[in-house]
Amino acid sequence: MPPASAQRPRRPNWTAFGALLLRDLTVLDKDLKEFLPNTLMQPAMLVFVFTYVFPRIGQGIGGSGNVGRFSTLLLGGLVAQSIAFQGLFRVALPLSRELDITNELEDRVLAPTRVSVIAFEKIVAGGLQSLFAGLIVFPVAAFLPSTPIYLRAHWSTLAIVTVLSCYASAALGLTIGTRIEARLVPILVGFVALPLGFFGAIFYTWDALTPIGWLKAAVLVNPMVYMSEGFRASLSIGVVHMPLGAIYSALVAFSVLFTVLGIRGFTKRVLS
Amino acid sequence: MSTDSKAGGPRTSEALGGAEPSRPEVIATSRLTKTYPSRDGRAAGLTAVDGLDLSVRRGEIFGLLGPNGAGKTTTVGMLTTRVVPTSGHAEVNGVDVAADPALVKHFIGVVHQVNTLDRSLNAWENLYFHGRYYGMGAKAARDAADEQLERFRLSHRARSEVRTLSGGMARRLMVARALLHRPAVLFLDEPTASLDPQSRLALWEVLKEIRADGQTILLTTHYMEEAEAFCDRVAIMDHGRILALGTPAHLKHAAGDGRGAGPTVKAWLARLWAETRAADPDAADHGRRLDRPAVEATLVEVVEAAERLGLGLDDLGQGVTLETVFFQLTGRDLRE
Repeated sequence: MPPASAQRPRRPNWTAFGALLLRDLTVLDKDLKEFLPNTLMQPAMLVFVFTYVFPRIGQGIGGSGNVGRFSTLLLGGLVAQSIAFQGLFRVALPLSRELDITNELEDRVLAPTRVSVIAFEKIVAGGLQSLFAGLIVFPVAAFLPSTPIYLRAHWSTLAIVTVLSCYASAALGLTIGTRIEARLVPILVGFVALPLGFFGAIFYTWDALTPIGWLKAAVLVNPMVYMSEGFRASLSIGVVHMPLGAIYSALVAFSVLFTVLGIRGFTKRVLS
Repeated sequence: MSTDSKAGGPRTSEALGGAEPSRPEVIATSRLTKTYPSRDGRAAGLTAVDGLDLSVRRGEIFGLLGPNGAGKTTTVGMLTTRVVPTSGHAEVNGVDVAADPALVKHFIGVVHQVNTLDRSLNAWENLYFHGRYYGMGAKAARDAADEQLERFRLSHRARSEVRTLSGGMARRLMVARALLHRPAVLFLDEPTASLDPQSRLALWEVLKEIRADGQTILLTTHYMEEAEAFCDRVAIMDHGRILALGTPAHLKHAAGDGRGAGPTVKAWLARLWAETRAADPDAADHGRRLDRPAVEATLVEVVEAAERLGLGLDDLGQGVTLETVFFQLTGRDLRE
């Protein structure tokens, strides 16, 4: 085989970006057997326990005893949680393994494009996967509850919140995945996922925290709060939510912050 | 063993250490330096590569030899855009590695000493997606993947998960992948490290075919005999600097300083036999087999015959190898 000519490639950056994305989606397709149960299991169990078991055993949850209202607010929270966790984990877990142990990211790092583009592709691929997770969880959260649920989609709000949530989650995954050693990945669940979830306004609205002023202020650093509130704002009827302007601004700010931190972390790991 | 035979005789060794100046440079570095900062940021850092001047020309097989920590991998790292130079200049195929690393990546193929195959993909997909990263369309990448599997004798494992491939097959697949986009220069970092002898042999067969195609290669290796057999020129590095540069024959000659470069035992005996026959045409009749019990007596006769003809034992060469040169330059101390 003769050596390559010295011709300059056309559009090197985005061609490689598209191919890297194609690779990640191909891998998702191969992993569907694991991806689907992994995505559906937790929301399905939460819906079952909170909206079927608890009401029948007389366990009060949701504050008001109105289980229909609770199912309604839970829907937004569950979609937000699935998106956030899939975005975070589908980016962070393979990345920390590939960077730390298997070296298999090597060929993609050598793809003829800027390192920042390769990092950005990770965010986009993770974002698409979390969108997919949100889409398959929605019917579970909307139709599985045994109690009535009050929905009305505000499409434009839904679209904006979905895109920003998917993107911010995957960018958070890149930020964490480039900073955590593979051997420390198990602590992600305890130190990242659980606080994100429990203090992410999934099971309660942010407004409901008013009696605990300090907590209401503290959870504002949690990006999942804005995702849960955003999905409730765009899907649920009769549920109080944060002003849309605050939700959008925070999600944009987190997206920018995590993009900068993620790309910086990635560059630091692959270049020396 | 010398590489001169395939090049049609010894090449002239010049300032470039035997490079052929008529061919275009594929790799050119000037005072290339990499200093890693110390952990606390106060003490002076570690200078892994120290003012390296290197020139590799198209079609050349260039070997970078040196003990662990000599700076070989850092040099390859800088040329393959993964290590950012502290100072100096490096160009690959005429492109500055620091100024436009994305374009440099288009011109290089890299085979690492560890398995870097994408474990989420099968063997064929590793090649196919590599082609796509380099801008090939779907059909071109499919065809190229098929061709490479055929060429590297891996077609029967096309759909295998890469974790099921043997070490030798994985390395061949990595070479196939690195060459798929027809790079201007192929970097082989310890290509045969940790392979069993059969796999090493098979890999060298493949590498010889690549060499015959005129592929420019820069390889690092610990195996002196491989470097000697395979490389047009070698550089021996230590402490980030090049200690010697030239064709293997040139380096061996320089290291022997004339004395060590004398004939080997075989050549010496051949000359002795030729001169014996010239002096005494009937000598052939006295030819005898060296039976084990008679070896000593025969050797004494041989030595006496040699002295009569003025062929002293001093003339006998030490059989200088590249390894001798390597140890002369880098010492025998353990580096770890």
